[in-house]
Amino acid sequence: MLTIVYFAWVREAVGLDEERVERPAPGSTVADIVATLAARGGGHAEAFADPARLRAALDQRFVGMDAPVGDARELALFPPVTGG
Amino acid sequence: MKRIAIQPQDFDVAAELAALETLGGGGVASFTGVVRGGGGLVALELEHYPAMTQAQVERIAEDAMARWPLLGVSVIHRFGRLEPGARIVFVGTASRHRAAALESCAFLIDWLKSHAPFWKKEHFEDGATSWVEPRAEDDAKARGWGA
Repeated sequence: MLTIVYFAWVREAVGLDEERVERPAPGSTVADIVATLAARGGGHAEAFADPARLRAALDQRFVGMDAPVGDARELALFPPVTGG
Repeated sequence: MKRIAIQPQDFDVAAELAALETLGGGGVASFTGVVRGGGGLVALELEHYPAMTQAQVERIAEDAMARWPLLGVSVIHRFGRLEPGARIVFVGTASRHRAAALESCAFLIDWLKSHAPFWKKEHFEDGATSWVEPRAEDDAKARGWGA
């Protein structure tokens, strides 16, 4: 299983802080998972309609959307950060 | 010295500066970020990624310590609901050289804005809310320091 955690408006659109999904096929990228989530419709479709608005982290490290998920345990999906 | 704190509560700027001054460097620089009021803003809500934030801010502090000869770095970032006038973030650096203290302080605050997992939501007096969008100039400032 892969844990996916959401933050900010992505979390609000999805309606969940986190969820667990089946591990993706070998070679899958973050973008592949985002496309799978978007295809679910509803809040997921709203949150993931435009991947250009999203950022990601695998096991608490920022990665690009083209990063392979590999054997990561946690994927985080969120908007660009606005701290400081 | 490296002090990183991610916390909901306020902090004492004078105490943070005093700790940096004791390191014997001769130069201490700091930046304090405060919630800007106006436009009907009643509060800013800061969300973060608890499993990642501490480690990521540590990495940012280590980047600064690798780039400049620093004796101390302090970064405090609050989360939760903050009203206008409340302190959000403190960055302090100590060095033997003023340029290193000042430049690393500017680097740290620019880097935090674009590399630390925090998100801000604005709450307005009419009940409306809005997630803050990143500003292109903030990204440009961070890129200016190089990857």
